[in-house]
Amino acid sequence: MSPTQIAALAAGGAGLVVLALLPFYADAYYLSLAISLLQFTVLATAWGLFSGPTRYVSLATTAFFGVGAYTVAVLGEVLAWPLVLLIATAIGALMAMIVGISTLRLSGLHFVIFTFGLAELVRQLVIWYEVNKTRVLGRYVFVDITQNDIYWQLLALAVAVFAIGWLIARSRLGFALRIIGEDETVAKHCGINVTLAKVTLFAISAVFITLVGAIMAPRWTYIEPSIAFNPTISFQVVIMALLGGAHRLWGPAVGAIPLTLLFEFLSARFPSTSTLIIGIVFLLIVYALPQGVTGLWERVSRRKSEPPVAPQVQT
Amino acid sequence: MTAASSAPVLEVSGLTRAFGGLVAVNAVDLAVQPGQIVGLLGPNGSGKTTALNLISGVLRPDSGSVRFAGQAIAGMPAHRIARLGLARTFQLVRVLNGMSCAENVKAGLAFHSPPLSRGEVDDSVDRLLRRVGLADRAGVPASGLTYIDCKRLELARALALKPRLLLLDEWLAGLNPSELLIGIELIRSLKDEGLSILLVEHVMDAIRSLCDRCVVMNSGRRIAEGRPDEVLADPAVIEAYLGVSTDA
Ligand SMILES: Nc1ncnc2c1ncn2[C@@H]1O[C@H](COP(=O)(O)OP(=O)(O)OP(=O)(O)O)[C@@H](O)[C@H]1O
Ligand SMILES: [Mg+2]
Repeated sequence: MSPTQIAALAAGGAGLVVLALLPFYADAYYLSLAISLLQFTVLATAWGLFSGPTRYVSLATTAFFGVGAYTVAVLGEVLAWPLVLLIATAIGALMAMIVGISTLRLSGLHFVIFTFGLAELVRQLVIWYEVNKTRVLGRYVFVDITQNDIYWQLLALAVAVFAIGWLIARSRLGFALRIIGEDETVAKHCGINVTLAKVTLFAISAVFITLVGAIMAPRWTYIEPSIAFNPTISFQVVIMALLGGAHRLWGPAVGAIPLTLLFEFLSARFPSTSTLIIGIVFLLIVYALPQGVTGLWERVSRRKSEPPVAPQVQT
Repeated sequence: MTAASSAPVLEVSGLTRAFGGLVAVNAVDLAVQPGQIVGLLGPNGSGKTTALNLISGVLRPDSGSVRFAGQAIAGMPAHRIARLGLARTFQLVRVLNGMSCAENVKAGLAFHSPPLSRGEVDDSVDRLLRRVGLADRAGVPASGLTYIDCKRLELARALALKPRLLLLDEWLAGLNPSELLIGIELIRSLKDEGLSILLVEHVMDAIRSLCDRCVVMNSGRRIAEGRPDEVLADPAVIEAYLGVSTDA
């Protein structure tokens, strides 16, 4: 390893220790803010894991998130916590595979609409089940998980999502996905099983999102479908990832941090108009920064490193 | 029709595909013997590219059979056909613009089964880029290449699959006369190495000098088959070409 790599690793390790100790020096307000920041960092990074290379825009975030939360609401009291998380992982992966196999042959636009519909469908199914079978709309979440536990689990999940993303980028799967992103027909003719690659990645991404939902569930003592399957989360995650730039592993996090702070601020100050403002922010980002902050940063640094080229004269 | 002693590399029979009411490929038969270059000719819109798409798995045939190296491949997904050793280039050249030339070639090497070692991949990238005359371009982004270099790169990527059969869709189109000579020599050298090639082409010089046999299509149907000189003298072929000569 080069000295700079060692330095980066040491800095990362030190930063991680500082973050891990946060519950011991931060008060409840900052802990809660840190939880929101980690939540959206993991969600946006996991979203970018799939949507960055494939360029499919998924609005299914809330479907997986809600399924994770409901797994905890249903099983949290009866099973040991690690087992609950394991089951949430399995359900998220299975659901992603079924959705993936049935939809990833669709064009990009159809996929967006389908994933949006999926979240709504899952929510309606849960409502139907609760109203007709259990005869109550909401559930109480009684588990022995503190805010500190939530924070540490999210931190571990954040480390895991970056580690997995880093490993994928260096694997054959990562190379396959770059080719698919460039030209799917070429990818197939290079011997790449395009459907398998996409479904695998969609499932990996969905597992992280499901786990965030499961880990966050104890934060509410009471959940109902409209809380767990809140479509705003899907849109917020897309905005964050696009602001940061989904073509880089760390891009979505770059967008998630400022926007989480902005959204927290807006919903505290302007609770009634915050959705409207989110919509406007979204339009501005897509219009002004189509490649996100990381794309802008890359363009600027490339321009700096290259000597200015005289404009070519057409003869 | 295939009375040769060794089995053909590619044997297509009764290949048919319709788009709505238009039968783009209609009961086409053709065969490529080992080490042969077979030309697939025909006026614009006669179904040549569609035929290649059916063979390489981009499209599913409505009916008919495709046998590649003794295996039935009609309707198989494209990635499995590619892994069996059937490679192609595209009429509208397709390079991976966001990647370097070396990575473009690596795309064709990385998904062999069984996988190649990292050393084998690196050696092959160098060898293939040299093979097509892009040895000094390994690190250059593919988006910065000239048209002929894009075609070379696409060919290198196709060769990276270690194909037994290569489908070239107007690979020589759009080259200037000196580039054309280089291109023809390159294709001939592939044949000399034992590769079998199905060549869709409009350039008559290339067809005459490269092809062992030719199949001519018109409106989806096969209208002639034989040696290049025979086929090009066939009245039905001349009529087919003259019938659409307004835009030629
Ligand atoms: N995906 C498709 N959907 C509908 N029609 C198609 C499709 N692909 C091809 N066609 C039609 O099928 C016919 C044959 O097209 P094809 O591209 O195979 O011709 P070609 O022989 O390759 O012509 P050219 O010499 O111009 O490349 C054309 O009429 C074309 O419009
Ligand atoms: Mg064509």
